[in-house]
Amino acid sequence: MVTATQSLRPQAGAGAFWRRLVNGDEVARLVTLAFASTVLLIVAVLVFELFRGSAVARHRFGWAFFVTQNWDPVAEQFGALPFIYGTVVTSAVALLIAVPLSLGAAVFLAELAPQRISDACTFLIELLAAVPSVIYGLMAIFTLVPLLRDYVQPFLGKTLGFLPFFQGPSFGAGYLAAGLILAVMICPFIISISREALFGVPREQREAALALGATQWESTWQVVIPHARLGIIGSVFLALARALGETIAVTMVIGNDPSIRASLFAPGYTIAAVLANEFTEATGELYLDSLVELGLVLFLLTMVINALAQLLVVLTSRRGSAHP
Amino acid sequence: MSLRNRWRKFLNVFMLAMTGVCAVAAVSILFLILGYLAWNGWRSLDWNFFTRLPKPPGELGGGMANAIVGSAQIVLLATLIGAPVGFFGGVYLSEFGGRGFSFVVRYVADLLNGVPSIVIGILAWTVVVVPLHRFSALAGALALGLMLIPITMRQTEQFLRDVPQSMREGALALGASKWKMIATVVVPAAMRGIATGMILGVARIAGETAPLLFTSLNNQFWSSGWNQPTASLPVMIFSHAIAPYEDWHRQAWAAGLVLLLLVLLANVAARFILSRGISAQRGYL
Repeated sequence: MVTATQSLRPQAGAGAFWRRLVNGDEVARLVTLAFASTVLLIVAVLVFELFRGSAVARHRFGWAFFVTQNWDPVAEQFGALPFIYGTVVTSAVALLIAVPLSLGAAVFLAELAPQRISDACTFLIELLAAVPSVIYGLMAIFTLVPLLRDYVQPFLGKTLGFLPFFQGPSFGAGYLAAGLILAVMICPFIISISREALFGVPREQREAALALGATQWESTWQVVIPHARLGIIGSVFLALARALGETIAVTMVIGNDPSIRASLFAPGYTIAAVLANEFTEATGELYLDSLVELGLVLFLLTMVINALAQLLVVLTSRRGSAHP
Repeated sequence: MSLRNRWRKFLNVFMLAMTGVCAVAAVSILFLILGYLAWNGWRSLDWNFFTRLPKPPGELGGGMANAIVGSAQIVLLATLIGAPVGFFGGVYLSEFGGRGFSFVVRYVADLLNGVPSIVIGILAWTVVVVPLHRFSALAGALALGLMLIPITMRQTEQFLRDVPQSMREGALALGASKWKMIATVVVPAAMRGIATGMILGVARIAGETAPLLFTSLNNQFWSSGWNQPTASLPVMIFSHAIAPYEDWHRQAWAAGLVLLLLVLLANVAARFILSRGISAQRGYL
């Protein structure tokens, strides 16, 4: 008896598997599973290649790579600090400008505007997100840079020149130009995700605040925005990851100078921009490996920030569904 | 009215007005870009742009015919690589996925979607350019195709999930096996959305410059094959815009206008199809 059931079970299991295989379900599952797994494969290969490709630079410089300012391909001296600094500064400028602007726009679209106008504006803003970054770069190089050089930077230098950020000659191209164009580019992301987060706030929250005598602004600022904060912070993180990795538009206006300066008027460099400019002409193993290591840094940086953002957005959508 | 209440009233009106200003500013940027690009691009656009090869610096005229064809080649090949993989992956996530593994795939797909495009370019460079010892359209197409995979996958999944559960149950109740149910009921019901998502994805990769810089490189002439450096519109715009020649800037504006119009057209068309599809579906139900 016992042996019979024992011998039957696996056969039954295999039989069921075989039947599913014949009628195609198991094949379909396995085939689509293989395709779905490609994303894991791609990320694994990406990490592997970035690590392998940067081996020489990692062994040669170690952690000093990140704190060395010198970038001199001729002398084979490579330090990543100017690029990390430029990437962080341009992204910070972009966030400083884009976050208040986008949050304001999102509040208007979610709280004030009639549904039709809100949808129409959101459609236009999402189109803005679809504009290729080389177009932003093209606009920036021929309009933003001259504008900054001739009007904005001299004005800022006169009025706020006592701050170290607004000193020095006006080049046009530099941290400020890159930060501004990045701000324009990340606005659509913050607006459309924040708007969704604001829509997710239950109506009762607003009504309760208004019933307690709050003005509409007070209800928005003290009740609705705090309620949607995780989603909003998530959108800001997503935008930050975009800003850190943005390449072409920044490359066109950053000024391409690997040095660290406090002034936002000064030309600088970012990680993505140096990859775009120097990768094809890098000669020598150490030079190439240093560039790949910069790519690895950029990859890890955006990975961590995106993972955080994703987590925040997932958390808000879970919490939102708890309050239908 | 007390001073404090007056201040609150003022703050209310002022801040709400400011949010309106922010929204207007954000939307007006689109029209600013469109208007300025149309103004500059239209003046520079002529028939030669579509039919001629680029001229060397210093000579006036010429066009970007090779870049237009090159972009089409690269994007087509990228779509052939990325769209099927993304589509079947999306089918798995929506129809077969359990909890654990598909959560991981979904999360990693979103992360891959957020990886800077230039890093994807490095990957294509190490996988294709280094072993073949040459820059090629193939490498560029692989880079763009890799970017398309997570986009298509997540969008396909979303649209498949929107298919009502009752349709699945109906098909299964009629005796269809699961894959038949998916192939003949679920996917056709979501086809419009999936196609739209693919159009949007292709429009996005068509405008990418960074991953092409060191994969397909650039070419002033017609490309002689898939394994040769190939010109593309975005890279052409980039190289022409940063060059110091007035006539190249003119060409860059024209190319920018063409690229932007193509991308925006695809976006508007996709959304139009989608909104009509949804209303038509609602009409049937």
